[in-house]
Amino acid sequence: MDTKTEVLVIGGGSTGCGIARDLAMRGVAVTLVERGTLTDGTTGRMHGLLHSGGRYAVSDQESAAECITENRILREIAHHCVEPTGGLFVSKPGDSEEYFERKLSGCAACDIPTERLSGEQARAVEPYLAHDVERAIRVPDAAIDPFRLCVANAAAAREHGARIETHAEVTDLLLDGDRVVGVELAHENDTGQSVPTERIEAEHVVNATGAWAGQIGAMAGVDIAVRPSKGAMTVMNCRQVDTVINRCRPKGDADIIVPHETACILGTTDVEVDDPDDVPESQWEVESMIETLSELVPILDGARTLRSFWGVRPLYEPPETKTSDPTDITRQFFLLDHADRDGLAGLTSIVGGKLTTYRLMAERISDHICERLGVDAVCRTADVALPGSDNPMRLEDAMASFDLRSPIARRSIQRLGSRSSSVLSIDEPNPVICSCEAVTRAEVEDALSEVGTDLNAVRIRTRASMGNCQGCFCAHRMAALLHPDHTVETVRSSLDALYEERWRGQRHALWGEQLSQAMLTRFLHATTMNRAHSQTASSESIAFERFDGGDDRGD
Amino acid sequence: MGAMTVAIDADVCVIGGGLAGMTSAIAAAEAGASVRLLSHKKSTLRQASGLIDLLGYTPAGEIVADPFDAMATLPDHHLYQRIGEQAVHDGFDLFDAVVGESYSGDHTAANALVPTYGGRIKPTARYPTMTAAGLASDRSPVLFVGFERLTAFDAPYVSASLSSDGMPAPTRGVTISAPGSHRPDTRLHRLVHALDVNESVSTSTGSQPIRDALARRIEPHLESAQRVGLPALLGLENAPDVRRDLERLLGVDVFELPMGPPSIPGQRLEHQYLDALDDAGVFRTTGNPVVAFDADAGRIQRVYIDRNGSRVPYTASQFVLATGGLVGKGLASDRTALSEPVFGCHVPHPADRAEWYGDDPHTDQPFARFGVAVDRSLKPCDDSETPEYDNLRAAGGVLGGTDVTMELSASGRSLASGVRAGRLAGERSN
Repeated sequence: MDTKTEVLVIGGGSTGCGIARDLAMRGVAVTLVERGTLTDGTTGRMHGLLHSGGRYAVSDQESAAECITENRILREIAHHCVEPTGGLFVSKPGDSEEYFERKLSGCAACDIPTERLSGEQARAVEPYLAHDVERAIRVPDAAIDPFRLCVANAAAAREHGARIETHAEVTDLLLDGDRVVGVELAHENDTGQSVPTERIEAEHVVNATGAWAGQIGAMAGVDIAVRPSKGAMTVMNCRQVDTVINRCRPKGDADIIVPHETACILGTTDVEVDDPDDVPESQWEVESMIETLSELVPILDGARTLRSFWGVRPLYEPPETKTSDPTDITRQFFLLDHADRDGLAGLTSIVGGKLTTYRLMAERISDHICERLGVDAVCRTADVALPGSDNPMRLEDAMASFDLRSPIARRSIQRLGSRSSSVLSIDEPNPVICSCEAVTRAEVEDALSEVGTDLNAVRIRTRASMGNCQGCFCAHRMAALLHPDHTVETVRSSLDALYEERWRGQRHALWGEQLSQAMLTRFLHATTMNRAHSQTASSESIAFERFDGGDDRGD
Repeated sequence: MGAMTVAIDADVCVIGGGLAGMTSAIAAAEAGASVRLLSHKKSTLRQASGLIDLLGYTPAGEIVADPFDAMATLPDHHLYQRIGEQAVHDGFDLFDAVVGESYSGDHTAANALVPTYGGRIKPTARYPTMTAAGLASDRSPVLFVGFERLTAFDAPYVSASLSSDGMPAPTRGVTISAPGSHRPDTRLHRLVHALDVNESVSTSTGSQPIRDALARRIEPHLESAQRVGLPALLGLENAPDVRRDLERLLGVDVFELPMGPPSIPGQRLEHQYLDALDDAGVFRTTGNPVVAFDADAGRIQRVYIDRNGSRVPYTASQFVLATGGLVGKGLASDRTALSEPVFGCHVPHPADRAEWYGDDPHTDQPFARFGVAVDRSLKPCDDSETPEYDNLRAAGGVLGGTDVTMELSASGRSLASGVRAGRLAGERSN
């Protein structure tokens, strides 16, 4: 099968989806391909911080200024993805006072509003802060849902005519002399099998695969020296803080706590890795984060954690820089025009950067591509709201019209924003599927209508199975909704894929209450449902006549 | 209270009110001892399905038709091998006496095959009579009925899944709305209660008893079905009446499929056990944790419960630890280690937490085998295999060594070790 497009974007993370939206809004025909589900790479594996820029206000003021500008834009165009928590940079005894002052003046230089707080004032904001926190700087950090943001960008791109293909892996770049003219794809069907390949011809190919950019570059013989760096994050089962808490010191592992929906996320570490698909998940990283962040918020020590996960930063620096410590590598983004750089036309890569500036990155690369294609259209992504944020939805209206009790309605409306009416206006009852996160059947079915049978894609769109029980009580309910549109085998394989994904992160939280939860999950799924023994699936394997044929006594 | 002498409270003190603890207490009482049962929280029977598994799969993963045959092939370190087949028989005999007519399965040594609410077929040794008409080996046609708001039980999917697993009976599944204004997603216990008391509900044809209203909603879907399977919520106290009424109204057999927490069959079973404890003369103290103990010369002297901040001692000559496993909080853990929190018994486990788990959630997991190690008389042992205390035995989920979730033997472990520990404690105390 061969198809054509003007621009083909590789990578369904925030950058790729942002580029697809930007170009589509400028009237360019775009196809985006992603090998897994949207956000599968770095976007879905970060701490969900919308930077104020305060973090870079001393070390990298150019990044800091970009952050605060984009922070303001995203609060407008993506307000259903943003929780305006605010943030604090806190100092403990021994933390440099001079650095604290430089942080304040740096923020001022970058137009980041700040407020200086005493230790007592800081504890009045966040009562669980350690008693010896001496001073703090309040900044406009926020929490952002990277899943919701990325999916909203993809949805907007689609509304403007873009084609979005997930579970479609680029197997090769098509070359015509010294020009990239398209890609070859392998699609994956519902049961995970590869189906015949597709060739897509494109006038320009954008490599927005972040930490994986080197692998795509290698297909065309160009060297892109990404330096992937892993970071661990640990999810707590509740919000010990309602404000983003940063340690006010030059750099270091384990210095941030981000409140996020029902949880807090602890971050992070910074260790260079060779292969972004093979990230060692080391227990010391989890221990070190809990121990170090307990210095700021002591109740974290001994608190219940739900899971830990690792993300890979797409760090990049020009080859001649040779920085040895990954924490020193710039967080700036780089646009690599392979025509200029490598004599290979038709391909542009974007590497480095961070979620907060995804829109700006998309704007820059879209400007560049439009110039190459001779398209004369301006970027409108900063002025037009994303789907879900296009007009306000009143909570009271939603509760009344959708027959939902208040806590559930509140959570649903927060997630869906202005899409609430179209998703929740159904004639049937709308029971809760995921009790931990208050996700209703209508939301799960809405997500299923977009993603087919991929329950992990449903999870990132709805938060179903992301709460305390990690899918124990809801994974099978989600899966059963695939029936009768899909076969029993598909229901089972989709359920197993979700269950396995939930297990991956939980392994790093197996002590205390979460170990009890894991055992309860095991009892429910393996013993009560008897889901662990798949060999019973082959019909001939059970000799029914050898078992209890019933007791006539009861009749 | 150091110098104060405390009179013996009971010959045997059992700590833990789950299946193993209650079984121990009854066995000790039957051996002639006076027994005190201390339980802290609601029994984990509320989380169990109410099916009583003995051995459903071999360690190699093969389904077991005759559990006593298969028991002989278990490895030497398996609990059943260590305490002997007779203990398993004794445990099930005690169980059968407690539950009487309300359970089936004791007429044969073979396992029964029952459908689960996850749509799979499961081997089990004893099943509630409420579930008896649902056997997967029966060939008569089944209609599974689910409720609109009870999303954990998707009847059409359960039907399709069971067929796909080779259940020989023709099956269909249908979803109906529950009669009355009860929303089973949030008010499960209210629907159970309404069925229990046959509450009057208003319907389009006027008000009528809820059992009639339910039968009326099921009837149009019956077609050729000879059995109707419903999620296990058909009443608590009067479940047999609910089933009989529905069977009379529908003219077919009715059965329940055990569900996850809160488990109604588990609660019914708990009630029966509580009655049996009373009949056996066991003293029960509920709602307070054991927080300390005195030991002397290798023997537990007494335990203390915390009651509103004050310590109340319970002195006995024999003790049984039946506090459950990781779910029942009989095992505690933090980031570095596992422990048994009441007596501090040794719990073997890898020092490195990365070895507590494996990568595949469906296969054998080391943490599922965590628990205290015991000798053949069920005394918890230290790391040199010496009993920790001469008068302390352990039973049920607190025992380690076997992943009962995979081989489907959790209830059998509780019954066999419960009866053995209780009986030994009762005999030694005399």
